[in-house]
Amino acid sequence: MTDHSSAATPSNVNGRQAATLEFRNVTKRYAGQDEPAVDGLSLEIPAGEICVLVGPSGCGKTTAMRMVNRMIDITDGDIVLDGESVKDRPPAQLRREIGYAIQQIGLFPHLSVADNIATVPRLLGWDKQRISERVDELLHLVSLDPAETRDRYPAQLSGGQRQRIGVARALAVDPPLMLMDEPFGAIDPINRERLQNEFLRLQQAIRKTIVFVTHDIDEAIKMGDRIAVLQKGGKLAQFASPAELLMYPASKFVEDFVGADRALKRLALQRVRDIDLWKVATVRIGEPVFEAHAKLADADLDIALLVDDNGRPQGWLSNGAFTGERVEQKLRSPAEPSVELDDILRDALADLLTSDTRYGPVVDDSGRVAGVLSLEVIGRFLHQAPTEARTGADLVEP
Amino acid sequence: MASALGAQPFAQDAPEDFFGKRATGCVQEEGFCPDWIADNYDRYLDPFFQHVILTVVPVAIGFAIAFTLALIAHRRRWLIGPVAGFTGALYTIPSVAFFFLLQPLTGLGRTTAIVALTCYTLLIIFRNVITGLNAVPEEAKDAARGMGLTDRQLLWRVELPLALPEVLAGLRIATTTTVGLAALAFLAGGGGLGAELDAQKYFKSNVAVAGGLCILLAAVLDVIILAFQRLVTQWQRAAAA
Repeated sequence: MTDHSSAATPSNVNGRQAATLEFRNVTKRYAGQDEPAVDGLSLEIPAGEICVLVGPSGCGKTTAMRMVNRMIDITDGDIVLDGESVKDRPPAQLRREIGYAIQQIGLFPHLSVADNIATVPRLLGWDKQRISERVDELLHLVSLDPAETRDRYPAQLSGGQRQRIGVARALAVDPPLMLMDEPFGAIDPINRERLQNEFLRLQQAIRKTIVFVTHDIDEAIKMGDRIAVLQKGGKLAQFASPAELLMYPASKFVEDFVGADRALKRLALQRVRDIDLWKVATVRIGEPVFEAHAKLADADLDIALLVDDNGRPQGWLSNGAFTGERVEQKLRSPAEPSVELDDILRDALADLLTSDTRYGPVVDDSGRVAGVLSLEVIGRFLHQAPTEARTGADLVEP
Repeated sequence: MASALGAQPFAQDAPEDFFGKRATGCVQEEGFCPDWIADNYDRYLDPFFQHVILTVVPVAIGFAIAFTLALIAHRRRWLIGPVAGFTGALYTIPSVAFFFLLQPLTGLGRTTAIVALTCYTLLIIFRNVITGLNAVPEEAKDAARGMGLTDRQLLWRVELPLALPEVLAGLRIATTTTVGLAALAFLAGGGGLGAELDAQKYFKSNVAVAGGLCILLAAVLDVIILAFQRLVTQWQRAAAA
């Protein structure tokens, strides 16, 4: 889908899907203000990554973003898009090649959804047929029904639908770079989460370079491949992957900003399959007791898990199950909570905390036991350095 | 040339015209006489069309001037105060005084009336265009600029369409006001229904027909602009539904 559209877009910078973006010692000073709004910001953003600019209000994150498409003039330093300084480009032309989505969305109330999305294609002189096809394609892409949506006016849509149209409009000419300023900020928490997941899924398909501004550290951790934490006066406090940021905050400011619960936040970045689970003795009814004892000796847990013929957990066996020659069905407790390998660690931890036991069997896609997750396992994991820079994007179901 | 049209003060001749040979009791009593109206409606046709011209021409010229001024002042905000002040000052000049003031320049006649009436439309139209442009949501403008619209494209594709309801509302007020003010154009020798009204201001039939035509004209013009407004601002009603 994206291949088709990018091939059909002559306006792309060299026809590439994503551009590299570099801030070189960028400073913005407003006349009459002592402190610069952005102070010597240097960032390198590889093509196809989401870079989140995050920080408290007044930290210059929006200013930094708006200098990329020259909505704000750069006082000092340079911003280089795909090897070319943005200062060398006429602003209007530059902006047509950069997707732009803002919190207030800014849909044109007097234009239908289709006409809103067609704004930049029209500026670039696409023909009607091509625009119409592209509009339908984009509406599909943001999970809206073209037949139902295209002729509606923005005021006839829900907040979530408007947000999707805003993203579709920003993507209209398949720009190699997107600027998004708190794009989900005005949405209620439940829909925000959905839109975030949808967008991450979309990003897996389109692989744009994205500059994403937010004040919400949780959103930053979820959305970012890299996070630039800015502090008051427009200074860069840290530029790192989400996991690094949580594990090794570079300063007291970053530590405070990511929050006292940063250990918990790290759990939100990891799936159960990412950590070393406890080995468990899985036993079937009628199995020789000595074999079960051998398994127990080899396991991390001194009780055995009863499984059915397909390896699915049935419950924890009591000592009474091993009194004969063969294992009998005598359970001490049910096999709960049941956790899946693909569960996010934070959710799995929540399951453990709300159950009676402090451990639970983990099953794979087919329901077979893959190990046991316990509070201890999670605790041990939190003391380890991040082996791999996991990001929120990896955690969204494809 | 303009003075030939309406400057003739026919007030003295009018009684004969009006009461003539077919004067009935009703007419003699200067009452409301449907028969007389049915027989004499054609005498109002010319004044009516004069009145249409006295309304449409000033509104059209006034709109062109005020709209242009508003577009200029929209980009050079410091101009808004002076322009609003100047057009506001024009608006406060009593029409009779205005006609007198203009006489040395334009003489007596329709031109004088049109110039004065045009001046009265400026304030309303200018203010409404400015108000309409100011009411355009900031985020729509920001998104438009961020997507690469030039200032001119922003104005014509986003700002003006969104200001249109307010602009047309101003046009409606200006038009109805001008229909009323044009009834005084005869004082400048501009003719119109006002001349008919003035000629026999105690004759109820005359006042009813001439006054009624003024109201009718105002209503019709208003409906025309309203219809146009509804046609071009469907998005507003879609939003309300």
